[in-house]
Amino acid sequence: MSLPLLLGLLLIPLAASVYAVAAARQPDCSRRVYGVTLAVAATGLGIALAHLLTASTPETLKLPLGLPWLGAHFRLDALAAFFLIVVNLGGAVASLFALGYGQHEKAPERVLPFFPAFLAGMNLVLLADDAFSFLFAWEFMSLSSWALVMAHHQDPANARAGYLYLVMACFGTLALLLAFGLLAGTSGGYDFDTVRASAITPGFAALVLALALLGAGSKAGLVPLHVWLPLAHPAAPSHVSALMSGVMTKVAVYGFIRIVFDLLGEPVLWWWGGLVLALGGITAVLGVLYALMQHDLKRLLAYHTVENIGIIFIGLGLALAFQANLMYASAALALTAALFHILNHSLFKSLLFLGTGAVLTATGERDMEKLGGLIHPMPWTALAFLIGAAAISALPPLNGFVSEWLTFQAILISPELPQWLLKFLVPAVGALLALSAALAAACFVKAFGITFLGRARSPAATQARETDRYSLAALFVLAALCLLAGILPGLVVDGLAPVVSLLNGGARLIPQHHQPWLTLVPVVDVKSTYNGLLVLLFMALSGTTAAVLIHRLASSAVRRGPAWDCGFPDANPAFQYTAGSFAQPIRRVFGSVVFQARERVFMPPPGDLRPARFKIELHDPIWERGYAPIAHAVVAVSTRFNYLQYLTIRRYLSVVFGALVLLLLGMVLWR
Amino acid sequence: MHGLAFDIAHFLAGGMVVVSFLMLYQDRLSALINVFALHSLVLVLAVGWQATIQDAHHLYVTAGIALVFKAIIIPTALHRIVRRLGIHRTLEVVGGVGLDMLAGAALVALAILVMLPVTATTDALAREDLAFALAVLLLGLLLMITRQNAVSLVVGFMSLENGLVLAAAGARGMPLAVEISIAFSVLIALIVIGVFLFRIRERFDSVDMQAMDTFREERRK
Repeated sequence: MSLPLLLGLLLIPLAASVYAVAAARQPDCSRRVYGVTLAVAATGLGIALAHLLTASTPETLKLPLGLPWLGAHFRLDALAAFFLIVVNLGGAVASLFALGYGQHEKAPERVLPFFPAFLAGMNLVLLADDAFSFLFAWEFMSLSSWALVMAHHQDPANARAGYLYLVMACFGTLALLLAFGLLAGTSGGYDFDTVRASAITPGFAALVLALALLGAGSKAGLVPLHVWLPLAHPAAPSHVSALMSGVMTKVAVYGFIRIVFDLLGEPVLWWWGGLVLALGGITAVLGVLYALMQHDLKRLLAYHTVENIGIIFIGLGLALAFQANLMYASAALALTAALFHILNHSLFKSLLFLGTGAVLTATGERDMEKLGGLIHPMPWTALAFLIGAAAISALPPLNGFVSEWLTFQAILISPELPQWLLKFLVPAVGALLALSAALAAACFVKAFGITFLGRARSPAATQARETDRYSLAALFVLAALCLLAGILPGLVVDGLAPVVSLLNGGARLIPQHHQPWLTLVPVVDVKSTYNGLLVLLFMALSGTTAAVLIHRLASSAVRRGPAWDCGFPDANPAFQYTAGSFAQPIRRVFGSVVFQARERVFMPPPGDLRPARFKIELHDPIWERGYAPIAHAVVAVSTRFNYLQYLTIRRYLSVVFGALVLLLLGMVLWR
Repeated sequence: MHGLAFDIAHFLAGGMVVVSFLMLYQDRLSALINVFALHSLVLVLAVGWQATIQDAHHLYVTAGIALVFKAIIIPTALHRIVRRLGIHRTLEVVGGVGLDMLAGAALVALAILVMLPVTATTDALAREDLAFALAVLLLGLLLMITRQNAVSLVVGFMSLENGLVLAAAGARGMPLAVEISIAFSVLIALIVIGVFLFRIRERFDSVDMQAMDTFREERRK
């Protein structure tokens, strides 16, 4: 009964979209639309949660829509239910945030009609059970999010981001289209049940894997297909950025899981896992390195999305490698880690993007070098942002730690893999993962420290005010969920068990809820366990004890003295540590290799009145070596054929005629 | 297939190809339009004969539509346009009639070479019809690209459409509704083109395509 309910529910946001087209300029429209999306997403969340926790069999439904000989197939199984939870949780919180944030929107008619449609599109992708419905919903999602990216299209940077996004989205859909074509085979069975039942040769299966990596990877932001993501995600309004980064990338991961783990089925070859693992490792490290070089808060977060997608794909790659060797218990661990991280990333990335949105509303600035000291005017936003930053940096007792710890547990089992290449590759990827976790922590020390601590670096930052109560409610819902998932990971792992056993031939992790003290025990023969609750208790106890002791034992006399001014008596806020200076050591260590970073110092000779200048030069290797040559080639070819735009009508007819005759001749000769 | 019925169908379809060649040869607009009327008339006969031997009554409607629109209304309208534009006496330069004829012959050969192997499984009548229809279509296109005058372009387009109808009648495929809608769209196309011709003449004092091309070249520079 859940499936028809969910599908019927999707009509409501579509109706809200139509309403928003008509009434976007009315003062109350924004509140009404976001209220509706909040209610719909919350209901969807409830239904999906109920299905995941109670139902054991998938529900299917066939509607006479779409292609006449195919119809529209829909299916609600554990995998779809889990991702529905992720999507609708993100959607509900973003709507709640937008109840306040949306009031500041200058062009509501460009945002309101597309936001509910975007949400409906993402839901529909998860429910689709045939290739046509899947691709239709996928494109619907892409196009409505594109419209949201273009909401502030007057800025040329946004227009460029939108263009690049559109190109990459088309490319991704093309790859998925080809993948489904191969899966359907010559018989053309496009509904997923037929695809599951039919066998496919190993060569074609490998091709489908590659196409799924291209198609879903380009949407998820897998390096080197990520180039559009750090441009497009920040261009949209912040609650949409949260949805795109926190949720839409997860829908892309869903596409990958659905195709590779569900539709392709057995047998899995071991090098598939190696390929996905290597891509994940590279994505994780490059994503965080790019993020460290950024001083635009939203773009920094977008690059972190790339990093986290890398971590998720590491888990998925490990699961494939284990499945290929029939080590289903270990595969269950890797899959649980990946799915857990999907949930976690959707929580803390939405939290961080929404926090940035609050900062953006308060100051109008995204550039960290112009912020600072915001913890004083915006204490609650700062607290929520700090929780999110700690979660994404994988600090216990928050949720980011649990999923990355689970991934490491899966990596530690890898010596049991028989293939030597994997035996070497997996620890290397583990090292990359550790590196990226450490760099992420550094990056968020920078993001939080420069934005919220210190002193305001611009007048805008001095005049900031705390954000409205809807936005704060949204932020704290997410922060609380981050903490809950961190201290009660066993319950989440149990909730994920139906999904894992669906994708993993029935194998799952051992039930966690009756473990003593809610300890997380990933593998039966106990190697290591984690208990978030105890960690929290320990931190609270030791922290309180230390605070009490310090207050009791230290001298309570107040001393006043001048602050040390580093020899600069004029304490200008510009003398503070900047984001650029914070990132400098890491830029020197990694940037000189990866980004060919060069620092140029211009010192005017004595007597010259020009100011000294310090310039940093960074190169994006993937853009300059991968995309720029392709773009140049396309431009060159189209310039050469440009004269075809200016032919006379007779010439055009002649071209048509010539082409027709040539084709017919080819047909004659080919036979 | 009875020998005689097949021969007559073959004769009529072949007749259309011959009339297409006649059109290629005409250098005066009025004559071209007259030959086009003849072309449509042969089409009417061919489709009517197909209706008789296939016992397909809806093809009679097709033939009727073709008779009324293509053989009577459109040629009359074109005559009136030409007369009002005052170009009914002008001679159109048909560059290299001999070359055109040779090209046309080559196109017919190509059409037959393409169609006969492809349709090897269908019955002989449909095969011949399709081959001739493709030939008529290609000849219509050839007419369109070798002429200077916009009215000839229109006639070429209409003869091309005749080829399509012939193919549809032979293949026993096209439903009546599609046929009627095509007939109307062609009629509307004629009206639109007619309006445009007058507008173009108002602007450029000519419907000679070359004159327009030179004008465009100048504007581009």
